[in-house]
Amino acid sequence: MTAFEVRGVAKRFPKGADDIVALRDVDLTVEPGEFLVLLGRSGCGKSTLLNLLAGLTRPSGGSIRHRGRPVTGPRTEVGYLTQQDTLMPWRDVTRNVEMPRELRGEGRRERRAAALALIERVGLRGFEKHYPRELSGGMRRRASLARMLAGDPETLLLDEPFGALDAQLRTELQGELLRLWQGSGRTVVFVTHDIQEAVTLADRVVVLGPLGRIVLDLPIDLPRPRDPEDVRVDARFVELHRRLAEALR
Amino acid sequence: MSTGPVRERSGRGFRARHGRTATVWAWRAILLVAFLVAWQVLSGRVLDPQYVSSPDGIVTRLGDWLADGTLATNTWITVQEIVLGFLLGAGAAALIAYVIAPLRIVWDVLDPLVMALYSIPKVALAPLFIVWFGIGTSMKVLLAAVTVFFLVFLNTAAGIHDVDPALVDAVRLMGGRRRDIALKVILPASLTGLLTGLRVAIPYALIGAVIGELVASNRGLGYLISDSSATFDTDGVFATLVVLSLVAAALNALVTLLGRRANRWKPLTT
Repeated sequence: MTAFEVRGVAKRFPKGADDIVALRDVDLTVEPGEFLVLLGRSGCGKSTLLNLLAGLTRPSGGSIRHRGRPVTGPRTEVGYLTQQDTLMPWRDVTRNVEMPRELRGEGRRERRAAALALIERVGLRGFEKHYPRELSGGMRRRASLARMLAGDPETLLLDEPFGALDAQLRTELQGELLRLWQGSGRTVVFVTHDIQEAVTLADRVVVLGPLGRIVLDLPIDLPRPRDPEDVRVDARFVELHRRLAEALR
Repeated sequence: MSTGPVRERSGRGFRARHGRTATVWAWRAILLVAFLVAWQVLSGRVLDPQYVSSPDGIVTRLGDWLADGTLATNTWITVQEIVLGFLLGAGAAALIAYVIAPLRIVWDVLDPLVMALYSIPKVALAPLFIVWFGIGTSMKVLLAAVTVFFLVFLNTAAGIHDVDPALVDAVRLMGGRRRDIALKVILPASLTGLLTGLRVAIPYALIGAVIGELVASNRGLGYLISDSSATFDTDGVFATLVVLSLVAAALNALVTLLGRRANRWKPLTT
């Protein structure tokens, strides 16, 4: 069974008398347990596609299935880390991370314990009682990551999650994401426009052209576990990087 | 995570930390005293006390009123009208805003009507309120309530409409239902709007009540003003104005307190 099966999907946004076409006739298959990176330039419809996979919006045409079942709305088995921070500003870090379990009706004590364990895992120990506005951008990303993981989703959707961070922090968080994912059996769909990030993380990179047309589907055969710092100097890395850069052009 | 700002003791003394505040307060005191002295000296020599009264006359009048209970009774009546009017107006406004504002289509229909009603000067409603409710306390309470209502209603509605849709989506993604979205996103997010409305509205409750008293009444601070001026008793007018500004200052202190509570977290700006 596939994790995601996208068949002939189109997405149009009404604008006055016209429609803005974001995606047209997209086909994509995501295997369970794989780390798939969708690579594309700004405006190619990557985020639109991710919103569709998450069930936040419905396609204008075609079909999307998750684990064999049609996607009709957001599901808790799918976690989604958006580009912007969507932490509740009136909740401290702990209460934010608790939220997925709180909404599921879990008891106060269990969800608190789970949240604190996750906060520790993403390296936010000591900031449990801080409000989002008191955190730096990188720390907010960590908190968002912890919140997504608190729902224990089987599939993770990540939309340029580290795009707004400085290069060092991005590398650091990429490493942590790989550690959290490695051996978890979770399926990941990761959207980025950064070729280096794509090669560092992915099992497979799918390059999207205009309107979500698939330009290249490239398996990344670098050994795992990978270290984001070391992998960049690998000769194979450079070769893969070059091919992706060509496809993006 | 070793990077980031740290906190250190600065070693600055009292002057460095509070010098500016102290200077500001000192100048305020100096200005006030100078003004009062000038007023006292000029009144009776250059200016006619019949028109401008004098600090001395005002203090004497306040003393008299305090002794015979005029001040306490009338201030108490006005304060009651303010508090009742505020609670009534704010309560109704918040309730109605939370029912109507989330229903976008209903809001769009009603919006221009509400704005039209809001734009009516509330003084203009006073004669109508007298016809409807007589000249008793309820007329003043309702006039204050109407003034408060629109401010709280419009600010709360704006707060509800300003809720970041990304936060709503986040809760949907976590498996939240309509009820969760209402209670865990819309309500807390719009609380800043509600609090802004309450803060802005407090002084207007005072205005509404006093206007009601000025237009028609036989008790309250507004009545004291109109009664004193009718008998050309400027001491009485100024004495009442002093009491009114004290009441206003107390209300403003309350507003500041509310503002501090609301500032504990601020919306994310990234």
